[in-house]
Amino acid sequence: MENIEARVKKIVAEQLGVNEAEVKIDSSFVDDLGADSLDTVELVMALEEEFECEIPDEEAEKITTVQQAVDYVTAHLNK
Amino acid sequence: MSLQGKVALVTGASRGIGAAIADTLAAAGAKVIGTATSEGGAAAIGERLAQWGGVGMVLNVGEDGAIDALVDTISKEYGDVAILVNNAGITRDGLLMRMKDEDWDAIMDTNLKSVFKTSKAVMRGMMKARWGRIINIASVVGAMGNAGQANYAAAKAGIMGFTKSMAREVGSRGITVNCVAPGFIDTDMTRALPEAQREALVQQIALGRLGAAQDIADAVDFLASSRAAYVTGQTLHVNGGMLMP
Repeated sequence: MENIEARVKKIVAEQLGVNEAEVKIDSSFVDDLGADSLDTVELVMALEEEFECEIPDEEAEKITTVQQAVDYVTAHLNK
Repeated sequence: MSLQGKVALVTGASRGIGAAIADTLAAAGAKVIGTATSEGGAAAIGERLAQWGGVGMVLNVGEDGAIDALVDTISKEYGDVAILVNNAGITRDGLLMRMKDEDWDAIMDTNLKSVFKTSKAVMRGMMKARWGRIINIASVVGAMGNAGQANYAAAKAGIMGFTKSMAREVGSRGITVNCVAPGFIDTDMTRALPEAQREALVQQIALGRLGAAQDIADAVDFLASSRAAYVTGQTLHVNGGMLMP
């Protein structure tokens, strides 16, 4: 679980060009980390690659915070 | 060899403008994948491009899943597509009063929807690379209209609008999206026109002659190169002065 959170935070920091320390579990990509709509699409792409899964567009739209990304990945890796 | 190491996908590369584009990009150093709708056509492209290390592949843009599958194969075998030239196109001319729904749909699917699908398919690779070139072959007809080509003109004008939107969406990622709009070029497609219509068309061209496929290929070569890094969302008209928009 912690492992997933750390990996998600690392990807978020890399993709959005922010310091990893700024990425909190409740950070919103757009409101807190300055992502634009294209950044969020790229972020989902990066998550898909890191965790070797495919995130459907309907699900991707709901992932707007670090917590939501962690929850999604956790739920789908357990399957 | 300005395009050294870049993977370029050129659709409709068997004949005419597409063939000239494929050859020119390959000679400039790109790894060119040229597509044709048949096995025989793809093999012929492969033979032509072999001297530069290029290959021919089969692509029927209207076939479900074919575009994604092709882009996937290219990525695995040669690397992500860096330069996409959407050239494949057909005509189904006729006066509007006689134009069938099938004639409209065939042109929209092959000439316009395919541009959307190929562009979407290559986008992930280009965004990751922070570099990409999409060059869409439109037509002077998309800007000026032409009696008997309502479907074709609509699709080509559609490509121009698509190009501008794409350019705005992905500009921040170092990807440029442009059109080249050929005028009256000497190819099989225009050779099919009646002689009288050809002569009437030449009368409207400031340079007084038809263009060559190479004229279009040179424009594409420019837009694909680093020299055109600050050009995006544009339609480059290559028409001998037939239309000056």
